[in-house]
Amino acid sequence: MTQVTSSMTPQAYLKSLSRWRAAEIVFWLATLLPFFLFPSYLSLASQIALAALFALSLDIILGYAGVVSLGHAAFFGVGAYAAGIFSKMVWGEPLTGLLFGATLAGLLGYASSFIIARFRHLTLIMITLGLGLLAHEVANRAHWLTGGSDGLQGIEIWPVFGLFKFDLYGTTAYGYSLALLFIFFLASRRLLNSPFGLALRGIRENWVRMPAIGAERQAHIRKAYTIAAFMAGVAGAALAQTTESVSLESIGFQRSADVLVMLVLGGAGRLYGGLVGATIFMVARDQFSGIAPQYWYFWIGVLLVTVVMVLPNGILGGLSKLTARWRKP
Amino acid sequence: MLPPVFGVLFDGIAYGMLLFVLSVGLSVTLGLMNFVNLAHCAFAMLGGYVTVTLVNELQWPFLATLPVSFLAAAAASVVLERLFYRRLYRASDLDQVLLTIGFAFISVAAAAYVFGTIQQPIQTPPFLRGSTGFLGLGLSNYRMFLVGIALVVTLLLVAGLEYTRFGAQVRAAVDNQRMARGLGIDVDRTFAVTFALGSGLAGLGGSLAIDIVGLDPSFAFTYLVYVLIIVSVGGLGSIVGSFAAACLIGISDVAGKYYAPELGAFLIYLVMVAVLMWKPAGLFGRR
Amino acid sequence: MRPRRGRFSLPRLWGILGAKDANKVIQGEEYMRHSLLAGAALLATALLPAGAQAQEPIRIGFISAFSGQFADTSAQMDNGIKLYMKQHGDTVAGRKIEIIRKDTGGPNPDVAKRLAQELVVRDKADILAGFTLTPEALGAAGVSAEAKKFMVVMNAATSVITERSPYIVRVSLTLPQISETAGTWLATKGGAKKAYTMVSDFGPGLDAEGAFQRAFKAAGGEIIGSVRMPVANPDFSAFIQRAKDLNPESIFVFVPGGAQPAAIGKAFAERQIDPKKVKIMSTGEAVDEQAVKAMGDLALGRLSTWHYDYNHKSKMNEDFVKAFNAEFKRNPDFFAVGGYDGMRLIYEALKKTGGKADGDALIAAAKGMKWESPRGPISIDPATRDIVQTVYIRRVEKVGGAIVNVEFDKVENVKDPTHK
Repeated sequence: MTQVTSSMTPQAYLKSLSRWRAAEIVFWLATLLPFFLFPSYLSLASQIALAALFALSLDIILGYAGVVSLGHAAFFGVGAYAAGIFSKMVWGEPLTGLLFGATLAGLLGYASSFIIARFRHLTLIMITLGLGLLAHEVANRAHWLTGGSDGLQGIEIWPVFGLFKFDLYGTTAYGYSLALLFIFFLASRRLLNSPFGLALRGIRENWVRMPAIGAERQAHIRKAYTIAAFMAGVAGAALAQTTESVSLESIGFQRSADVLVMLVLGGAGRLYGGLVGATIFMVARDQFSGIAPQYWYFWIGVLLVTVVMVLPNGILGGLSKLTARWRKP
Repeated sequence: MLPPVFGVLFDGIAYGMLLFVLSVGLSVTLGLMNFVNLAHCAFAMLGGYVTVTLVNELQWPFLATLPVSFLAAAAASVVLERLFYRRLYRASDLDQVLLTIGFAFISVAAAAYVFGTIQQPIQTPPFLRGSTGFLGLGLSNYRMFLVGIALVVTLLLVAGLEYTRFGAQVRAAVDNQRMARGLGIDVDRTFAVTFALGSGLAGLGGSLAIDIVGLDPSFAFTYLVYVLIIVSVGGLGSIVGSFAAACLIGISDVAGKYYAPELGAFLIYLVMVAVLMWKPAGLFGRR
Repeated sequence: MRPRRGRFSLPRLWGILGAKDANKVIQGEEYMRHSLLAGAALLATALLPAGAQAQEPIRIGFISAFSGQFADTSAQMDNGIKLYMKQHGDTVAGRKIEIIRKDTGGPNPDVAKRLAQELVVRDKADILAGFTLTPEALGAAGVSAEAKKFMVVMNAATSVITERSPYIVRVSLTLPQISETAGTWLATKGGAKKAYTMVSDFGPGLDAEGAFQRAFKAAGGEIIGSVRMPVANPDFSAFIQRAKDLNPESIFVFVPGGAQPAAIGKAFAERQIDPKKVKIMSTGEAVDEQAVKAMGDLALGRLSTWHYDYNHKSKMNEDFVKAFNAEFKRNPDFFAVGGYDGMRLIYEALKKTGGKADGDALIAAAKGMKWESPRGPISIDPATRDIVQTVYIRRVEKVGGAIVNVEFDKVENVKDPTHK
């Protein structure tokens, strides 16, 4: 993070934030490596990219606006179900389906943001948890529409742009997911490095003072929450399309908890935290569960404990503190 | 003669009492020490496994295992508290979440490794089985026992925190740590004991829960949501609040299932969201 | 990706806990190293021309929920597989059998689909197997159809699964097979004219409810009421009181295995519904070994229809239970027998094809296969590729001090009633 100095104007500060650093460019180039280095891991890479997008959407509300949610999977699931049902009832064109799913998730986010924006702390966590569990129950009960616990059946997705079919190797799936991740990352980066993003951080740091200096706290939170819901919907819809399946798990508590763990593991409030966390968590899970399908939880647990003890504030948070200490001895 | 619905209500309260014993420890640690311990149910699971092992392998009587499971969970928590938790008292909530979820994961895998993934059966002593007639209602003996334990725990905790020297030290340490240290209170020790108490209660709850909800390695996560619901609806740090919340959730769950089974699983979540919107700090919460 | 061995080394931790065999874990780490080497070897073979793979082992991708709430089902299925391979060797028709285990963590079709893809694409698996849960099987079915891979469903019990790929065969059960038999038997030989149904409110529960009610009504019975209970439901007293208010002559119950069977059993007793007076019929999960142990005397008189129990009286089953106990220190259940029979089907099909493992050859070999299983005679319907088996009617009784399910009637050659 760039240090704020007293001589800096706000404009200069924001500009310094939005400058692309070499490490970032390297990071994004590296996301292309799986195509060449691990062609048999592309399905996993695709699911990692979507988990990263989902974590990024949570970062907008959690890392920047300070809204901790344990029900974020509700929007992921609504996006997934909507996109899946859209492909059955309307047509299998992926981009319109994606837009439909994400819009529905965004609308739901907007509606629930009126409740969310009023609460904080444990109350907020529990209300998001409650709303998430209610969404899960609705999906279970609407068996005729969602397929209930058997999962939504009969999703068929056409090739992207009529050219790229979703194949067994996951090449199209990864390309599709990565493109979505990159587009929405750029959008979030721009959004969060704007005065709006600064206002959100202000709300996170001081809930009481921000309204006093004229920031419309509730309106800001509502806006951020709606955007985050929309992005979660994109991630859900894309998962439904790339795997041609949706189940209750995609709207369940576990997915909400997992994404929270991924984000906190990577480091909340730093844009890349969700991306790094999702990658490490998913790769670790894949490797550990390959080695010990019954006991991989143990190693994931050890990973989490180690990260907290060695690198507080997530991997990126801890690393940036270490490098800062190293630079200024 | 009372109509059968009273019997159902009694069952609801007893079910609530089970949730109360499971969650009151978390209310203490989260409310008083501000520590988000999502591994709380892992301590409950430990208590449960202690009881199962003593009863099934060593043929101990069920009741005699209860204090042991309390002590085992308390002891395990002290070790973790000294080694890990203590360093995170001032860390962010999110780091606490990550650490304790990590321990919950580890506990699940360890339980699966040591005890297997199988459901653990337990046979309670004969006088706790079956039911007793009361004004035409059949009241389950085990559930009456649960209600009794819950009442005793509530009385002891309220009395302990309000009227003893230790309770005063805990409250002082929570309200103003530096001042408390200045007065010569050993804050570290006070927190360790409080934490052990909370986890011990979880262990006790785990042992009591087996007969009603069973025990397997996923226990550490399955009941976490219920426990969080009780704690938040009751209000952080309030023993009486947790008690009231447990009654409310238990009764509304059972009444909902009886009168409107179509609402099914929706009801307790609706009740929770409604209560929190009405009283964001919970029924008896101060903050 | 080798996990770091810090203060929390697995062997040492379990050494402290006094676990019986801390060495096992160390072997686990050895195994890890091995699997890394194996991974490298795989990568190497993938680069070789196809002809070089003639002596490759046959790889079976075993997809199931090894962790999470359903972990025990997969553990038992895995035990069945291990026992079969121990008894029959790990080489068939000159080719070695290799099992690659993959964890779905629960009913996740997206994960199951990805694992199936990876098994086919990366691990070069020839056969997909396992599947304790319906969503897992449905997720992998598309891969089986697209890649033409033989897929053996060893538990998942929703009828429609086998219709999703022409290469799927099921060796376990279908829920309608069991529940229809329950309905028909209860209305005829069971002598009940009126029934109340209580099922868990999710896919399998609704399947069971539908099949039972259809068959019960077709046999002249009347359904006087029904209730659907939440899946995550630890307390049943309110539902049972509702049933009791109608004073039914018989009750049909479906709850998933795990903690619920014992809970609902105890709740019947607490609300004073005596299985000896009211006929309580269920599928086998509700009176499985652990549930009956936890209920004790309260379970006496409970009726059920099911396809396998470790108390089934046959020489083959006695040997099976004995060997299973010697190996795993517990009794087999229907997951275990599903894994055992599934392996048997794979072995026999491979023998027929002479070691050819492509989907078309194996499915042709599996169709119409008949054999004697620990559960009794079973066969694969050549038209639907689904299991045909005997469904037993059982009652919980006390036999020499032990409380167990006793088979007292049976219906032979039951097919799934819902396939077209």
